Amino acid sequence: MTRCAHCGSEVDAAVIAGGDAGTPFCCAGCAAAHALVCDLDLADYYRRRALDPSQAPTRPDGADLATDWSAFVRPNGIALRLDLMVDGLQCAACVWLIEQVLRRDPRVSAVRLNMTTRRLALAWQGDHRDADSILAPVVKLGYRLAPYDPRRLDAASAAEEGLLLRAMAVAGFGAANIMLLSVSVWAGHVQDMGPATRDLMHWLSALVALPVIAYAGRPFFASALAALRGGRTNMDVPISLGVILATMMSLAETWTGGSHAYFDAAVALLFFLLIGRTLDARARGKARSAAERLVALQAIAATVIDASGLHRRVAAAALEPGMRVLVAAGERVPADGRVLSASSELDISLLNGETVPQQVGVNDRVFAGTVNLGQPLTLEVSAVGEGTLLAEIVRLMEAAEQGRARHVAIADRVSRLYAPVVHAAALATFLGWWLGVGAPWQPALLNAIAVLIVTCPCALALAVPVVQIVACGRLLRRGILVKSPTALERLARVDTVVFDKTGTLTTGRLELVGAAANDDLHVAASLAAASRHPLARALVRAAPAVVPAPAVREVAGQGLSLSTPQGEIRLGSRRWCGVDEGAAAGPELWLAQPGRTPIRFALLDRPRTDAADTVDRLKRSGLDVELLSGDRAPTVSALAAQLGIARWQAELAPADKVARLATLNSASRRTLMVGDGLNDAPALAAASVSMSPASAADISQTAADLVFQGERLDAVREALDVARRAERLVRQNFGLALAYNLLTVPLAVMGLVTPLVAAIAMSTSSLVVIANSCRLMARSSAP
Amino acid sequence: MTVLAVLIPIALMLGVLGLAAFLWSLRHGQYDDLDGAAHRILFDDDRRPGPPR
Repeated sequence: MTRCAHCGSEVDAAVIAGGDAGTPFCCAGCAAAHALVCDLDLADYYRRRALDPSQAPTRPDGADLATDWSAFVRPNGIALRLDLMVDGLQCAACVWLIEQVLRRDPRVSAVRLNMTTRRLALAWQGDHRDADSILAPVVKLGYRLAPYDPRRLDAASAAEEGLLLRAMAVAGFGAANIMLLSVSVWAGHVQDMGPATRDLMHWLSALVALPVIAYAGRPFFASALAALRGGRTNMDVPISLGVILATMMSLAETWTGGSHAYFDAAVALLFFLLIGRTLDARARGKARSAAERLVALQAIAATVIDASGLHRRVAAAALEPGMRVLVAAGERVPADGRVLSASSELDISLLNGETVPQQVGVNDRVFAGTVNLGQPLTLEVSAVGEGTLLAEIVRLMEAAEQGRARHVAIADRVSRLYAPVVHAAALATFLGWWLGVGAPWQPALLNAIAVLIVTCPCALALAVPVVQIVACGRLLRRGILVKSPTALERLARVDTVVFDKTGTLTTGRLELVGAAANDDLHVAASLAAASRHPLARALVRAAPAVVPAPAVREVAGQGLSLSTPQGEIRLGSRRWCGVDEGAAAGPELWLAQPGRTPIRFALLDRPRTDAADTVDRLKRSGLDVELLSGDRAPTVSALAAQLGIARWQAELAPADKVARLATLNSASRRTLMVGDGLNDAPALAAASVSMSPASAADISQTAADLVFQGERLDAVREALDVARRAERLVRQNFGLALAYNLLTVPLAVMGLVTPLVAAIAMSTSSLVVIANSCRLMARSSAP
Repeated sequence: MTVLAVLIPIALMLGVLGLAAFLWSLRHGQYDDLDGAAHRILFDDDRRPGPPR
């Protein structure tokens, strides 16, 4: 077995050899890409790169060679600017190669590819339309590009992340410097530091602490204020209260020349908490930007035919009813509409999960999101925005989301119980010392504030975010993106898993079943190579080394034909090949050769390789598994039997799926919905938590809480497993944090907590919680 | 203890300097692409004399 010299996928040596030394290639596209790289004198790339075996090979498929980017170009000073997302990056050498290729173009004035976010910023001088020719070599190399609007995408999350990071830096500066001063004060307790020097230290601490707290505490103060205004409490309320009271009291102590100043504890608390928040925001930002990239890659542009017959590319969002749109073969239909001319077949699997393409002719209605498989179609746009089927599905989805029981994050539930108890304890301490013991009110107040400081929930506030970061990071490395902050909590409590069929349990790609005679398969595949029809593509995949036959004629909805000296060879439907009418059992193709009886090729949308295994494991771990599909009953029942799923329903409309989930929810089941189609989006929103594969329709990915990449369905089990262990760790962390409080609160009530004790106790409890959370990282996944 | 009057301001000044440097680097996007920057240095742009532009 040798490897393709460009994309690195395994090939038979015999497939295609090119170049001077008979270099092996898997396809003509790779050979062309290799030649391009060598021509540009960049062959070093092949020496420098390190291919990632877990990623799909970067193989040019030729389908999107001609894309018009001009609709997304923005003027930027005297230059033009285009922002793109790049898919297919394997390593740093890919970044180097793309930048070098673009730099060789004399028109390009600046190019920078960010490897972390996979965003490419390109600037050039000249015309809008130059973008196509500048970017063509990159597409030819096998990378996929998608335009995006940077102003729309980043603004909010980037601003939040920046604020947290700056606040953390300021708090870190303050914590380090105040601790420096505090250490000398503590050392002074045993080495008789004079009260004047101690007061100087306290004043200096105050000088640093006050602006630092005012700046770095803003994220907490703002959130606490918002919660209080809404009549709720959250974790930020006790935090803010503790920090503010500690600061006020320390200021009063400093003013009166007292010995107890808690500036160090207050600032260190903010610093620890900000570390947790920043990491949390970064991890989620990373997952979100990865999800956005996936969606952007599927974003569509439309070709509009204007009154004078000119073709113009516009963003799909800019379409208006009445416009005429051309949908080329292989393109996604950009809007709902009516067919004006030609007839073709549409892949509607994203819409309703059906694998067999639908026939459309003049005046038929077509829907956004379907893929044109046959001839180019001209459509008249009938509805955009609110009027489309897509918008209807969105409305259904929003309704389902409102019906979903509002999940309260575990941290908020704990803090709802915690805050009143702590505040009551502080009040009781004050009253006990003042009225009970008969102490003057100042020391009584001091002790009450000490209670608030030591119970300030540093460890408690870290308990959830640290586990989440570790868990999300772990899942991200396995190609599972966690989009919603509470998704893991909800996932841990799931008891029913509901699957969609097409594209979820199955690969969504048809494959040849049974072995046909090799010669026949070769003949059939050589014809099929001329078509984009999914049945034909499946045949070609089964015989990849076949040379396409020239001059194949395609009749939409019927089949292919090739004239040979011996007579006509036909490949297509039953009727096209002259077979007597009969019921077709599932998708099939017939091959009719002159003088021979037609041969049948049966095709099947195979389940993912590990689907049966995953379903079995889920059932063994005590979960109920259900199958809800929009496809026909025989197909669904066959698959359910094959995978061992007892409960299944077929031919469901999107609303039926939502209804079924509502039934389950009202029976107080906690459901995990796994689906990919447009028709699944409302159901994804209705379930208590949802997952969808990265190949899903973009609206489904938006609706889903988690998105998983790759072919393996095992991701579902992996996510459940990590979520359950994360839940256990969160509970342990709460236990540890509460145990720490049980230990320190009595000390504080008795008035024994000095600033030194507070600082030590707070750091250790936080470190213990962080260390406990990191166990999730170390332990390997259970088999 | 008069030495404190000199040393503490110096210590604080150095701290502020570090903080300012960090905030500056943050504002200028030094942390935007940590993965890429780590590798970029390994690929030198050995631009050989080519055709005139």
